[in-house]
Amino acid sequence: MTKPVLRVQDLAVRFKSFSGGLLQRKERWIRAVDGISFELHSGETLGIVGESGSGKSTLARAILGLLKPSRGRVMWLGEDLTTLDEEAMRQRRKELQIVFQDPVASLNPRMTAGDIIAEPLWTFYPNMARLQVEERTRGMMKMVGLLPNQINRYPHEFSGGQCQRIGIARSLVLNPRLVICDEPVSALDVSIQAQIINLLKDLQKKLGIALIFIAHDLSVVRHISDRVMVMYMGQAMEVSQKTDLYLRPLHPYTNALMKSVAIPDPKLARQARQDSWLTGDMPSPYMRPKGCIFHDRCPYRVKRCEADVPALRRMESGDWVACHRAEDLDLSIQGASTGSLG
Amino acid sequence: MTLLEVSGLEVHFDTPEGVVKAVNGIDFAVQEGETLAIVGESGAGKSQLVMAIMGLLAENGGASGKAEFRGRDLMQMTPKELNSVRGRNIAMIFQDPMTSLNPYLTIEKQMTEVVMHHQGLRREEARGHAVEMLRAVRIPDPEERIRQYPHEYSGGMRQRVMIAMGLLCQPDLLIADEPSTALDVTIQSQITQLVGELREKTNMSIILITHDLAAVAEICDRVIVMYAGVAVECGSAEDIFYRPQHPYTRGLLASVPRLDRVLDDDLHAIPGNPPNLLELPSGCRFRDRCSEVMDKCVKKPPVWVSDGGRMSRCFLPMEGGKVAPEPGSQKEPSNHLDEANPASPADGEGAV
Repeated sequence: MTKPVLRVQDLAVRFKSFSGGLLQRKERWIRAVDGISFELHSGETLGIVGESGSGKSTLARAILGLLKPSRGRVMWLGEDLTTLDEEAMRQRRKELQIVFQDPVASLNPRMTAGDIIAEPLWTFYPNMARLQVEERTRGMMKMVGLLPNQINRYPHEFSGGQCQRIGIARSLVLNPRLVICDEPVSALDVSIQAQIINLLKDLQKKLGIALIFIAHDLSVVRHISDRVMVMYMGQAMEVSQKTDLYLRPLHPYTNALMKSVAIPDPKLARQARQDSWLTGDMPSPYMRPKGCIFHDRCPYRVKRCEADVPALRRMESGDWVACHRAEDLDLSIQGASTGSLG
Repeated sequence: MTLLEVSGLEVHFDTPEGVVKAVNGIDFAVQEGETLAIVGESGAGKSQLVMAIMGLLAENGGASGKAEFRGRDLMQMTPKELNSVRGRNIAMIFQDPMTSLNPYLTIEKQMTEVVMHHQGLRREEARGHAVEMLRAVRIPDPEERIRQYPHEYSGGMRQRVMIAMGLLCQPDLLIADEPSTALDVTIQSQITQLVGELREKTNMSIILITHDLAAVAEICDRVIVMYAGVAVECGSAEDIFYRPQHPYTRGLLASVPRLDRVLDDDLHAIPGNPPNLLELPSGCRFRDRCSEVMDKCVKKPPVWVSDGGRMSRCFLPMEGGKVAPEPGSQKEPSNHLDEANPASPADGEGAV
């Protein structure tokens, strides 16, 4: 197998926060990302899924150098990005791009679509001829399914889905080798979500880029990912090949996430409801449970889970899981392969 | 029995670009104890429809038509009369639980205010009642937590508080505008479950507004699908999910990524974007995105075709074999809804 382009090793980010009044201020640390490791190859897509507060966006920002990690390394083509100075990092950003969640808010309302897409070109290639920039911009618009004659329109003249296409065109204009999509479809209507997912999938196939696709919903990443990482409170619970994960999740939390996906079928939905077991919220980041961080919500917990932290370990299948009971639990999802539930 | 009957409702907004018709004549009824889902993409007019009914339109908005609640037309009420209906008889839950609670007041203050105002309870009684409601929506330690401020609650808990507030006066009708859209999937399913349970325990009617058909499959009795300001299909939950008629409804259902299905290469997507309400296409509003568009779809808008409580605004024949009348045989369509069937959609339907 070829060498991975991105190798994240034991990456951790923590945030400082204060509690108490002005005079009795106490420092507290939140572990937003807590020791994440994974590898990514060219042309591969890693889906990252977790509830809000699980640290998925923080992880994305730390990889891109937008946040300083407190520990760990981000190896990009053999070079540790966390040790680079600002200018060197800026140069690497040509290769590392991001698409944000809110398609409208992430575009400058006072710039035209063409200017928004061309801005990275001006920044990195200030000497590029104007005609060449425009040609490239029109080419990008066509590639993401916008009409090149919309080049002089402003963001408010586009719908949410079209704005996200502009955001994607901007992220691709410099020919990056890694694009991180941070919940790119969460703010879009269901029918438009599918358009954007299909578009990203096509573009990746065409351009051979490495892709990290972040979502809070397992059903959304299924179509686009090769591998999926499930995060909970800053840690990876499971990293599995897509084909394995959706048939037989290894971690109870993955199983819970799958069961909370809504099914547009009244009978199946009512049936699935009876099977779902996840209750309550994620614990406060200040009160991380001892042992396995998921144990207080887990119906499969045993004594050991309350004391020992399960390490992320490799199973025979090559998938990774952080659960003491991974071998003896069968969390297979019935019907995932046959076409119907139950 | 019919609780709310809406007929010929139109909503428009004056904007610098012209008058936008957000809702273009809609009729529906809600029966007692029934859960009705109103489904559509952003811009379909689903939220403005209920805002108009509740008298909560923005300043540049106007509405016409009828909305009879237990025989009294909400649209003709004075603000004072409306105030006595809102909260007591009809409660509303908004999409964003973060911004619909007052950050400066404790949950107790916000909850007791409602019942003290509407039911004239004393503070102590009101507090006990509020604690009961918090317990009903499964907030742990309600006696303790009621003293806290909204920021001490998580997103899912805040939405539970909103639901508890909506239920305080035991309303006849609860309107929930995308109650779970801003929440995580795990919390979404918990909120849906909660609404489903409340519906079974009380005889309350519920209107659920959503852009996600999948989210309501489990709990709704009937569904109205809206597109660009008009209703395009209406039927029982079984009809809509198992026998969708309108190409838009079928497209919406097919766009939902499903974990219980074999993985296809591509997700089904409805091509294109919803139309600008200021530049509507001639004929059918959905025709630019429709996979089964015909010549006549360009010329005239299709009319509501009804088949025993089941309606579709499309020239395609209904499954029962009933075909829409040819455009020529209809009266000239006005801006108003072309009424093929002036009876309310719910007639002869009732709760499933």
